[in-house]
Amino acid sequence: MAKKIQATPMLDQLETGPWPSFVTGLKRLAKDNDMMVDLLGQLETSYETRKGYWKGGTVGVFGYGGGVIPRFTELKKDGKPVYPDAAEFHTLRIQPPAGMHYSSKLLRDMSDVWAKHGSGLIAFHGQSGDIMFQGITTANVQPAFDELNEMGFDMGGAGPALRTSMSCVGAARCEMSCYDEARALRTVINNNLDDMHRPALPYKFKFKFSGCPNDCVNAIQRSDMATIGTWRDNIQTNDVHAKAWVNKNGMEALVNQVVSMCPTKAISLKKIGEAAKGDGISTVAVNDTHCLEIDNHNCVRCMHCLNVLPGALLPGKDRGASILIGGKGVLKIGATMGTMVIPFMKLETDEDYEKLNELGRNVLDFFAENALEHERTGEMIDRIGLVNFLDGIGLEVDPNMIREPRNNPYFRGDDWDAEVEKWNERQAG
Amino acid sequence: MAEMRQPIESGAPDPKQYMHPTMVKNYGKWIYHSHPKPGVLFHQAESGDKIWTVKAGTQRQMDVYTIRKLADIADQFADGFVRFTTRSNIEYMVTDETKVEPLIKALFDNGFPVGGTANSVSMISHTQGWLHCDIPGTDASGVVKALMDDLYHEFINCEMPNRVKLSTSCCEINCGGQADIAIIVQHTKPPKINHDLVANVCERPSVVARCPVAAIRPALVNGKPSLEVDEKKCICCGACYPPCPPMQINDPEHSKIAIWVGGKNSNARSRPTFHKLVAAGLPNNAPRWPEVGEVVKKILGVYKADAHPWERMADWIDRIGWPRFFEKTGLPFTKHHIDDWKGHRATLNQSAHIRF
Repeated sequence: MAKKIQATPMLDQLETGPWPSFVTGLKRLAKDNDMMVDLLGQLETSYETRKGYWKGGTVGVFGYGGGVIPRFTELKKDGKPVYPDAAEFHTLRIQPPAGMHYSSKLLRDMSDVWAKHGSGLIAFHGQSGDIMFQGITTANVQPAFDELNEMGFDMGGAGPALRTSMSCVGAARCEMSCYDEARALRTVINNNLDDMHRPALPYKFKFKFSGCPNDCVNAIQRSDMATIGTWRDNIQTNDVHAKAWVNKNGMEALVNQVVSMCPTKAISLKKIGEAAKGDGISTVAVNDTHCLEIDNHNCVRCMHCLNVLPGALLPGKDRGASILIGGKGVLKIGATMGTMVIPFMKLETDEDYEKLNELGRNVLDFFAENALEHERTGEMIDRIGLVNFLDGIGLEVDPNMIREPRNNPYFRGDDWDAEVEKWNERQAG
Repeated sequence: MAEMRQPIESGAPDPKQYMHPTMVKNYGKWIYHSHPKPGVLFHQAESGDKIWTVKAGTQRQMDVYTIRKLADIADQFADGFVRFTTRSNIEYMVTDETKVEPLIKALFDNGFPVGGTANSVSMISHTQGWLHCDIPGTDASGVVKALMDDLYHEFINCEMPNRVKLSTSCCEINCGGQADIAIIVQHTKPPKINHDLVANVCERPSVVARCPVAAIRPALVNGKPSLEVDEKKCICCGACYPPCPPMQINDPEHSKIAIWVGGKNSNARSRPTFHKLVAAGLPNNAPRWPEVGEVVKKILGVYKADAHPWERMADWIDRIGWPRFFEKTGLPFTKHHIDDWKGHRATLNQSAHIRF
């Protein structure tokens, strides 16, 4: 039996309505948990005053330099915490299984650890992809981590460090998957854990892994190095699924929702028998008289037609991934999108995954050596230019890296012939 | 003192030990999916194996009793396995179609709405807010709870032109991320500096370096080394506050809420886009933020009525143009909608294209 819960008239208003209420959960915990009684008190105060009352600090576990988010209350009267049992309310960031799969036993085991050592509040998941075990005293951080660690779970990233990663459901349950996302994540992350657990980078660095250009984990906007699945050969087709779709949705829907919405006009509706044949053309019958003709050389792998016609159109068989560098949030120069640096790399064999791992390490090393303090990879590229970045990590220029060539004459071109020679050699090779 | 235990640096765990066996068996071999009803996905593998997924909303910030209840539902109705999506929805997988309806009923009966698939409004991707952040301008879980109550019908049904992803962020750092509609704190006054504390708490050169508009400079105030802000240059972004807490940016009255639309990370149809400002100056009105809910519902209502099938918010606005967006939503257009940040001229209408 915990101490009495004080009145929370503001938070009570978040117990109405049909969506699951976190306040109801906090109150349930507070019945036998003094930390949650006081957490409710401080949170209610925030709702009244519209102010936050947490400050950071230094809390960690033995052997690691990061992964705990320390929180100490600043809501004090005469120098003493108003809500002493929530005066320390730290978070443990724990890396989830890639793809966020859980057995019921695992959920119960994690709950038991957190009910024993912490507040009993767990977020599945934070924005970087961590399981966030929220609310624990400094003294209990080590024993709680030890138990989770013995269960096979490791600390995530915080501060100027490699961060916890995310991959989509991918190969586990999605026909759009173009590589083994979980394997790629575990290869790249688990070979670079020193940079996660002992923060020493200029600023945070995030890898994210999406199995196709639908990019369900938002790799392009939220990661410094995005691995996004794609394919090189023709879209695979299945007449049975295509005909079933048109039978159900009609020819108008096929024209308006598929043909007209292709961003590069790579899809045409043709009479069966009159469709083009040959390299780069996929066709799929949509009824007894008509088919879709897809010009794969002009397809940009946007995924729209595959999304609308599941099963009827599938990624090709020659699958792999594109690599984009430099996505990040607002501070300090504004949000930046990841930009293409490797249009295609295979991800099938052990050697392929090792190449991805080497690339990741290479990019991390270049970032560590060249970024300014508190500068993300995207900001560094903004400052030094893409070509210097490519030079640094040993990649050749490629027209897939740009939307359009420069539109100003402000470059020094006395090495033009030598650069042309490099291009010619690569084309010949 | 006992010897300290060395951590096992095991990293990200292998998911297959926690994965539904049918997903392990058919890993990388899926060939088809369909969407039988809101909240339910059907997938088929090359082998002919079939799996149904039932998706439900959660409060993300979950007490252990809620988590154990979700685990019980997994054991009773769904083969004992779950996964979470990036927007904190929970997914149950079953290989027996007859289990789908009882599972849906069990989830609804226990307060977990089934939905969030395809062209619905999914759960809001969000941040920590007053519950746990050290620099929050507002709460996160509360804003999300209030909004999802408002959008409950749109979560459990699929009536939108395409999927709709929302996010909230309690400061301009925007940890909630890009979204079709993003709700983000927007400060409107420069930081209030406690000059007694700056010298002891803040590493002054790095605070100066954080400012995107070079508005902060070292200064002696009342004989103490401190920092001062050129308030004419200051854009009130709050970037100085995390490295220097005595530069308080949060203000109960003047920290407002802005609404942004048209962010999209998928490559489907158009290239990925960042969200754009459409409304600001909304009050930070805890505990239910009704003014924010009104604007979000207004935008969603117009999008729902006007966009073509498969058009995301960004695709729709790209087709109808921004003047019509402001006309149809009734949102005022101000000088603040016109960008003046680096590269801003590319955002201007550099053409004679006008819709009448």
